[in-house]
Amino acid sequence: MLAYTIRRLLMLIPVLIGMSLITFSIIHLIPGNPARVILGDQATATAVANLEEQLGLNEPFLIQYGQYMLGLLQGDLGTSIRTNTAISGDIWPYLAATFELTIFAMVFAVIVGVNAGIISAWKQNSWFDYTAMVIALIGVSMPIFWLGLMQQWVFAQELGWLPAFGRENPRNPIESITHFNLLDALIHGQLDQWWTSFKHLVLPGIALGTIPMAIIARMTRSSMLEVLRSDYIRTIEAKGSSTLSVIYRHGFKNAVIPVLTVVGLQTGTLLGGAILTETIFSWPGIGRYIYEAIGNRDYPVIQSGILVIATMFVFINLIVDLLYSYIDPRIKY
Amino acid sequence: MTKPVLEINNLQTHFFTDRGEIPAVDDVSFSINAGEVLGIVGESGCGKSVTSLSVMGLVPNPPGKIVGGEILFRRQEGRDKAEDLVKVSRKRLRAIRGDQIAMIFQEPMTSLDPLFTIGHQIIEAVRNHRKVTKKQARAKAVEMLKLVGIPRAEEIVDEYPHQLSGGMRQRVMIAIAMSCDPEVLIADEPTTALDVTIQAQILELMKDLNRKKGTAIMMITHDLGVVAEICDRVVVMYAGKIVEEGDVRTILKSPKHPYTQGLIRSLPKMSNRDSRLYSIPGNVPKPGSIKQGCRFAARCPEVFDRCTQENPELLNLGEGHGCRCFLYEKEGKIVNV
Ligand SMILES: Nc1ncnc2c1ncn2[C@@H]1O[C@H](COP(=O)(O)OP(=O)(O)O)[C@@H](O)[C@H]1O
Ligand code: SF4
Ligand SMILES: [Mg+2]
Repeated sequence: MLAYTIRRLLMLIPVLIGMSLITFSIIHLIPGNPARVILGDQATATAVANLEEQLGLNEPFLIQYGQYMLGLLQGDLGTSIRTNTAISGDIWPYLAATFELTIFAMVFAVIVGVNAGIISAWKQNSWFDYTAMVIALIGVSMPIFWLGLMQQWVFAQELGWLPAFGRENPRNPIESITHFNLLDALIHGQLDQWWTSFKHLVLPGIALGTIPMAIIARMTRSSMLEVLRSDYIRTIEAKGSSTLSVIYRHGFKNAVIPVLTVVGLQTGTLLGGAILTETIFSWPGIGRYIYEAIGNRDYPVIQSGILVIATMFVFINLIVDLLYSYIDPRIKY
Repeated sequence: MTKPVLEINNLQTHFFTDRGEIPAVDDVSFSINAGEVLGIVGESGCGKSVTSLSVMGLVPNPPGKIVGGEILFRRQEGRDKAEDLVKVSRKRLRAIRGDQIAMIFQEPMTSLDPLFTIGHQIIEAVRNHRKVTKKQARAKAVEMLKLVGIPRAEEIVDEYPHQLSGGMRQRVMIAIAMSCDPEVLIADEPTTALDVTIQAQILELMKDLNRKKGTAIMMITHDLGVVAEICDRVVVMYAGKIVEEGDVRTILKSPKHPYTQGLIRSLPKMSNRDSRLYSIPGNVPKPGSIKQGCRFAARCPEVFDRCTQENPELLNLGEGHGCRCFLYEKEGKIVNV
């Protein structure tokens, strides 16, 4: 298992190099002079020359890429053109906000989706099954911005139960350590702050988690239906095992692999594609960070943001693959 | 005489499908005595598996349901007190299943959970019914593996099903089934999916366990060779009904029912090895598709007018020999009216 993990990690190296090459090329795909495009038409020739110098655009492509890689290896993601600060320092609070939201959304999606799927399969064709699957069908085709706006209208504006924007009370911000607000509040021992942060997570988390939840529920159900019909489940029942053991310990464990695949893919999608939700809920996440960078034509930030998201995607895939072989002894490694 | 350990009276198990109600098991009665090996024979689709699953309470529901009859189970202590498995609570049924009545299945390749070790799957069976520590249960698992003739039991116990052959997996299934010393072992075609040599070994093992442990066995098979090998008594099923029953000598040497006779004729014989095998022409009708008359009529070489108009009753031909056929109406008397 350890050897397999190491081998899989080594196999990531060419993937990561390829990804860095692609993200690095973004700036070179700009037609014309990138520095001129970034600075706009009014910029002076000196300013353009300075920026070219700063971005190293005068060097040959391979040298530029080499320097870029050298920086990456040292954790240097480049410098923002707009703020002139190190991206590696700027990016973390945004990333942490996205992580926190994604984790919340996925925990919600997995807990609700998996259990709904299991019960639906177990009680196939019951009213629970029908109701859950109709909800899931609506869920997968739900336009998220509409759901988000409706949630804000009902739960924030009309009922006033939950905050609609941001991730904390701006008049009483949490002193950041990890930039995971729930964690920081706990570290400070501020339970009221924790509760406030939690409430901020609920609406965007549910909006973001709805589609994954619906997909997970459907996948769990169909996978469970197949497993529950299998011979080994009958053997386990013939042993006199409890329903809980039949359904969860044996049934779900055998059904989990396709579910895991979906969870991995959806997590990756949420990490990268939450711009819409982050915008609706003013969530200061990585999606917004990149979105703003696009508006500012801040190419180094765009490059690094995309690279970070792609890297996370790759690592989530790796984790899912490792989990497969941990769960199923038949998977050779 | 002591009462039978398992007594099935007028069992009716039906499936409720889109194409109507299917009486897969239609008014079936038989019993198994303690320590006895009872064969249940019939071609595929005759209702053998559904009968055995009914006893275990494992008929897939929906669409299946026991709609009538009783399944009386008597434990060793207090044989005269019977529990009706059709009526007991699900909890009670779970307590009996795997402990006092155990079952093994036709498909050893798919009958074990691929994600758990052999040991885990035996330990689970033991700990479902006995208050023992994990360590004791593990020792029991190794002991059971040895009992069913698995070499390197100490290593196999930590291996996964995919690492074993079909024959070995069936032995593991038997180890699981026997781990709580059941009074009845139901074996649904346990050798059908195996090679001939492995078949013989598994049958030998079951015979051995029956002798050593006194476990009654309900041996379901479509193979009269298996019956000859291991059974004391035989029940022949056709299209959801019992058509003949009796002790193994009677059934094999002087079968009365044309269906049983056909089954025996289709057995391969040592003497005429190269002559073409006989098989009964036609197929088993779908249960419920024949509303009137003898269900075997369409395939029966002896069929006459009456066969398609009235339903034959099970006739008692003496000494526990029963036969459902109009040909014997003068000799026998009706068993259950
Ligand atoms: N899950 C099911 N759904 C509908 N009908 C079934 C089902 N299982 C069995 N049956 C019906 O019961 C009949 C007997 O099946 P079975 O007991 O498996 O036969 P066998 O004697 O080969 O073991 C079949 O012909 C089929 O019509
Ligand atoms: S009742 Fe008639 S059709 Fe049925 S087995 Fe006897 S002779 Fe054949
Ligand atoms: Mg069968």
